[in-house]
Amino acid sequence: MTGHRGGIPGSKLLRWGKRLLWANMFFSFFFLYAPIIILVAFSFNDSRLGARWAGFTLKWYGQMMESEAIRVAVRNSLFVAFVSTAISTVLGTMTAIAMERFRFPFRRTYDGILYLPVIIPDIVMAISLLAFFSLSLGWMNNLFGLQGNSALRPGLTTVIIAHVAFNISFVAIVVRTSLRELDPNFEEAAQDLGANEWITFRRIILPLITPGILGGALLAFTLSLDDFVITFFTTGPGGTTLPIEVFGRIRRSISPEINAISTVMLLASMLLVVVSQFVQRRGSTSV
Amino acid sequence: MAEIYDVELRNVTKKFGDFTAVKDISLGVHKGEFFSLLGPSGCGKTTNLRMIAGFEAPTSGEIFLDGQPVSQLPPFKRNVNTVFQNYALFPHLTVAENVAFGLEMKGLGKDEIRKRVADALEMVRLPDSGAKKPHQLSGGQRQRIALARAIVNRPQVLLLDEPLGALDLKLRKAMQLELKELQRQLGITFVFVTHDQEEALVMSDRIGVMNHGELLQVGTPEEIYDRPANRFVADFIGDTNFLPCRVTECQGEVAWVQVGQGIRVKAACDQAVSGERQATLAIRPEKIHLHPAGSAGGQGEDVFPGRIEEAVFMGTDTRYVVELEPGVQLVVRYQNVNAATERFREGETVAVSWRPISARVLLS
Repeated sequence: MTGHRGGIPGSKLLRWGKRLLWANMFFSFFFLYAPIIILVAFSFNDSRLGARWAGFTLKWYGQMMESEAIRVAVRNSLFVAFVSTAISTVLGTMTAIAMERFRFPFRRTYDGILYLPVIIPDIVMAISLLAFFSLSLGWMNNLFGLQGNSALRPGLTTVIIAHVAFNISFVAIVVRTSLRELDPNFEEAAQDLGANEWITFRRIILPLITPGILGGALLAFTLSLDDFVITFFTTGPGGTTLPIEVFGRIRRSISPEINAISTVMLLASMLLVVVSQFVQRRGSTSV
Repeated sequence: MAEIYDVELRNVTKKFGDFTAVKDISLGVHKGEFFSLLGPSGCGKTTNLRMIAGFEAPTSGEIFLDGQPVSQLPPFKRNVNTVFQNYALFPHLTVAENVAFGLEMKGLGKDEIRKRVADALEMVRLPDSGAKKPHQLSGGQRQRIALARAIVNRPQVLLLDEPLGALDLKLRKAMQLELKELQRQLGITFVFVTHDQEEALVMSDRIGVMNHGELLQVGTPEEIYDRPANRFVADFIGDTNFLPCRVTECQGEVAWVQVGQGIRVKAACDQAVSGERQATLAIRPEKIHLHPAGSAGGQGEDVFPGRIEEAVFMGTDTRYVVELEPGVQLVVRYQNVNAATERFREGETVAVSWRPISARVLLS
């Protein structure tokens, strides 16, 4: 007997199938990564006009570092990301626990509403938040008689509120998954050993869902850093984040500097994803 | 005055929606007793245990621990501990931290906790495992740690939910004896849930047999085995021959029944029967004896002629199917004390005998 590896030996169809599979893989990766590779490559291109390769340079990165506007934008982006992540992680975790562990009126309705920010288009969310802020800020300015310079305007605060609004859903979904995977016997065992509900939560549930909470927080952080549409509609003077800054520059002229900024943002996002994967994997092996 | 039981259920019923998991159960477990709840899966035995632990509240009826009603108490205020079927060891804590958890909740001092944890680990013969995480232990070791985590609190009652179910056969047998020995040493009341009849027979002081949420019989292993209250108990525990029969006469605990066309059998009967009625005759296969045809049987035994239909050699014993008359067949297990040449062959005519007390009339 001669051995063969899998399938019908010598089948023409099978050989063609395998070739097509390889071609499929090649094109998938090509369309996904070719633009990114070009972007990264041209961030090192020593030419103002990006169409031709004119030698290696780091000067666009240098220009990027020197730009005050970019520094401010990075600071704003990080500030918005940290604050909105902190708030949405706490609120999202609490929401997840409420949804998983408690029965209350309209729970199912609330369940559906919770997923809304994830599925509705960004632009719809952005316009609704814009309408909400202009209405509520106007109302508050009227109420407190604020005018001119002292009037409340959209800015970083409104951006943070907007980011919290969509991030709560993402955090809640991730945390819910880890809560659902948690063996209910752990809780019962803790109570059986004399722990009340609060101690059970603090000593048993919270440590066990921490990988999920961290994963949710990192996701929220990444989404906040990368968000353009919602930020664009809800920001105001002095509230320029990095994606907004990049967009502003593109409207003026396409400069290789933007390639450099984008490459850095790409690296930062990738790093966050790797860290979040690592945190979650470590969490799951220790359980 | 009535005895104060360690655990008592009075007319306890538990419903989940339309489904009745536990039907009007009353039960008392003595102090220091090893009590098993035995039944097939879904019979309500685990629900019973969970109500005693406090994870479920009875729909009606009351549960007493040491004479005090506890239905309103949350699990963390009851002086009982549970060994869970899947052990439920906290994966993020070390073995020592797991065992110390209950003592910490009681607010004991650090030195006292350290000493009692060490004692408990010693008791389950894993003294050096304190620094390990649960996932570094084998199934049998996890089982012991779950036990240590419960007994370290010196509860009034220890509840065990099929704690040996996940172990392989050999380990299970060893743990059965170990658990029984531990219970004797500690003097703690054990309520043990199992679907394994052999396990229940080996370990228990008393057994409660459950089916479809009802408690069918409570008794010592011998009582349950030798005097099953009904067909389900007789069938669930050990092997039994069931023969449809007709009770013709009943005096005290002795009944005369007719099996098949013309076999009259004297049998034991727990309930008084007036007039004729249909019933089931139950005889354990090992209580039936076989002799060469024409033999008078053992002393005090009733003898019937029969024919070997089937003989299967099974090592320590041989399993025979014997026909008394067309349509009336009995399974007989006979120990292989004789040489192979002296065993009965298929087709051979034999004398079948048993003591009347071994044949029991079960009324449906």
